[in-house]
Amino acid sequence: MSDHHAHYLAGKGSTGKTIMSWVWTYDHKKIGVMYLVAVLMMFFLGGLAALGVRAELFEPHYTEFVNDDGQVVADTKGYKGAGSDFVVPEGTTPEQRGVMFPNITVTTVETNPDTGERTEGTKTVTGNNIYNRAFTLHGTIMVFLFIIPAVPAALGNIFLPIMLGAKDVAFPKLNLWSWYIYLFGGMFAIFALIQGGVETGWTFYTPYSSTTEWGNVTAMVLAAFILGFSSIFTGMNFIVTVHKLRVPGMGWFDMPLFIWALYATSIIQVLATPVLGITLLMVVFERTFLIGIFDPALGGDAVLFQHFFWFYSHPAVYIMILPGFGIISEIIAVHCRKRIFGYRAIAFSSIAIAAISFLVWAHHMFTSQSPVANVVFSALTFLVAIPTAIKVFNWISTMYKSSIAWTTPMLYACFFLFCFTIGGLTGPPLATLAVDIHLHDTYFVVAHFHYVMMGGTVLAFVGGLHHWWPKFTGKVYNETWATVGGWIVFLGFNLTFFIQFFLGTQGMPRRYATYPTDIPAFEIMHKISTVGSWLLLLGFLIHLFVFLHSLLAGKKAARNPWGGLTLEWETETPPLEHNFEREPVMTHGPYDYDTARPVNADPALFPMPTDTPKAH
Amino acid sequence: MSDQQHNQAGFDAGPLPPAGTRPHETYVHGHHWRDRWEEADGAKLGMWLFVCTELLLFAGFFCAYAAFRLMYPDNWHEASRYYLDWKIGFINTGVLLFSSWTIVMAIRSLQLDKKFAAFIYLGITNACAICFLFLKITFEYIPKWQLGKLPGKYFNYPNYGPADPAVIDSTTLPEPAGPLVDAGHAITNGATDMVASAMNSGVMDVLPIAAKAGEEAHHVPMPHDHIFMSVYWISTATHGLHVFIGVVLITWLMFRVMGEHYGPRRYTMVENVGLYWHVVDLIWIFLFPLLYLV
Repeated sequence: MSDHHAHYLAGKGSTGKTIMSWVWTYDHKKIGVMYLVAVLMMFFLGGLAALGVRAELFEPHYTEFVNDDGQVVADTKGYKGAGSDFVVPEGTTPEQRGVMFPNITVTTVETNPDTGERTEGTKTVTGNNIYNRAFTLHGTIMVFLFIIPAVPAALGNIFLPIMLGAKDVAFPKLNLWSWYIYLFGGMFAIFALIQGGVETGWTFYTPYSSTTEWGNVTAMVLAAFILGFSSIFTGMNFIVTVHKLRVPGMGWFDMPLFIWALYATSIIQVLATPVLGITLLMVVFERTFLIGIFDPALGGDAVLFQHFFWFYSHPAVYIMILPGFGIISEIIAVHCRKRIFGYRAIAFSSIAIAAISFLVWAHHMFTSQSPVANVVFSALTFLVAIPTAIKVFNWISTMYKSSIAWTTPMLYACFFLFCFTIGGLTGPPLATLAVDIHLHDTYFVVAHFHYVMMGGTVLAFVGGLHHWWPKFTGKVYNETWATVGGWIVFLGFNLTFFIQFFLGTQGMPRRYATYPTDIPAFEIMHKISTVGSWLLLLGFLIHLFVFLHSLLAGKKAARNPWGGLTLEWETETPPLEHNFEREPVMTHGPYDYDTARPVNADPALFPMPTDTPKAH
Repeated sequence: MSDQQHNQAGFDAGPLPPAGTRPHETYVHGHHWRDRWEEADGAKLGMWLFVCTELLLFAGFFCAYAAFRLMYPDNWHEASRYYLDWKIGFINTGVLLFSSWTIVMAIRSLQLDKKFAAFIYLGITNACAICFLFLKITFEYIPKWQLGKLPGKYFNYPNYGPADPAVIDSTTLPEPAGPLVDAGHAITNGATDMVASAMNSGVMDVLPIAAKAGEEAHHVPMPHDHIFMSVYWISTATHGLHVFIGVVLITWLMFRVMGEHYGPRRYTMVENVGLYWHVVDLIWIFLFPLLYLV
């Protein structure tokens, strides 16, 4: 047996043994750290694709669409005449075609379904194809490989058991399985996206996804299917851990709000992911056995796919954002040193969001379903605003008259409140039927969900990373440079996406590789957006260097640098292999800042409200 | 819960035998659990969650079934009557129900420390599972394959061959609610020929469908039969895959039972596989009436 009193990052003798102690570990913290490294790499890869997409849109390109007879039927200045097949003529240079990426010629092998005869040929992939692949790579990687596992599987894995006072998650072996399934699915996905590429967008809408011959759709869809198992196993693990492994004395309402958020997330992961699994499996069947369920030409129903897909993928939006809410609850309470306002309201609103998330999927289909369904789903969608607003009001009430410490995590919590509120408030316009018909599939939608996903989850994730960084690495990071990086990310983010609201209302459709040259406003707005994306890159690179510097040259962190009251601040830094020296005893609630002194923290730095005379 | 409390909690398994040296008696629970009964409770909760995911997985098929049934109600009705034989499905339902009982008896036998009884019950369960797959493949999948009753585009329409978007669009009935006979005229003529020639060639004599073919030779293939067969194939094949996984798990359990890894103090894994098996059974209980009877 290994030494239980060593911290979990301590080496195990020889280098080989140390590596094996990671490869076969059942320790939730090590699995969480491996997840963290992987999701950060995925964030980088997905981010690069996004930069490519933005660079392509930096300026419009004059593009002609030519029919089979060589007549120009349309160009980016407008539609020229009748013609159904828009084919780019042979021999056009990339400049003429007007896209940044050059054409590439790929070898194709086609199999005749009747005779089994294989014929080899070549196919020219145009720059527009590459653009499609770039935004699909961005979307699929960010959704399936970064944002869904980012908070639960990385930060959640590390801190959920510690915050509950448990030694590990309920099923440590399943946890390791979940990690390797993620790794396998991730490699599968990257293979599919790089080797051949996928052009369907992350939504895989049929019939395009089920009939297109371009790229590796089957492999990508299978990869998402595999990743679903990883997500389900993590969710099951967390639910059982929360039910069964809370330390004695910790009731449901003594749990930190991060745990409540992870619990609500896990419920969605367990209940929604299987539906995506079966949907993707049906797309695979559709492509391999031509079952025709989603193919209107065979009597199938393409919109059925959208129902199936969004039945998972809308709740999945809350898989992405709920853990972010949890992090913000922790950060605000700890760094404002105040009892969180409306604990139960925040806890129950997480569960309410999880419940409502299953009832709103068809608001993605306002342009493809019956008016009656539209009205119903529009009304249900407005309901989401209620629990979300409850959370935002409670966070702001917590900050009111508190003693705010302007640390990087707190800064990020404020960025979150700013950006997420914009993201949230642009939701109701999209839920409004008449407005949505105009805004559907425009950059307004792009801006809206980036304000929620990136302005919400990613900012919360980066904030949480800084909040818990000293605890799980045992090293202090450079506060000044982290703050600088934070501000640049914040400015870059708003520069990139705020302008897109206007771009969308002006009618710029999403997922287009170029835009008309004769609308100058489009060009200006796209240029601003692209410059913003460079600022974002700069900001995140600063964060990367701050973290690397901290790992290599950072000072040893204190056990409780922020004066937090939740259980993770009571253990060693970094935590012991079995989390605690002995089972912790609950002497106070997670947010009792008015009555409890934080352990392991200097009382001079974190005075009680009673230590100083009350100011009125 | 201690062993003592566990008995008092009313498991009705009599007093536990004193701990000895058999593997299931010397088993040490995971270090992060209070005791083995807590661990067992956790494992069962996890299994129930997994069971939920299984049900939701199949919910996708049931929704597809419901959607197309609403779109093509009469087609669905006819296809179900004509292409599927309820007798094989009925036998299989009985087989699965019986196996659900035997796996519960295996758990009971372990609680009572009757190793061989548990082994035999698991063996019967496994035999039932294999029987289910055998009947399914021999009397349903292979004949359907030979007759070309395959999913989607590979579905072989009499006289027309594979379901072809062009044929379905132009000559048959795109309107599901419209009068079937007129629009389906071209196909109707071919259908009787096809069935007659199949009977003459003897292909159908060995098949369960043959008995029906005589009395229903006038069955009119409908334009969306291939969609029905798609739903039939993907849902039953996925269910069949689950049965196969069950066979693997139960076989593994049989080895573990013989190795005395399970006994009155430790039978969670058998219970969990049992739960899985009940769900496989439950899903079939819904698939059977929906596909074969309704």
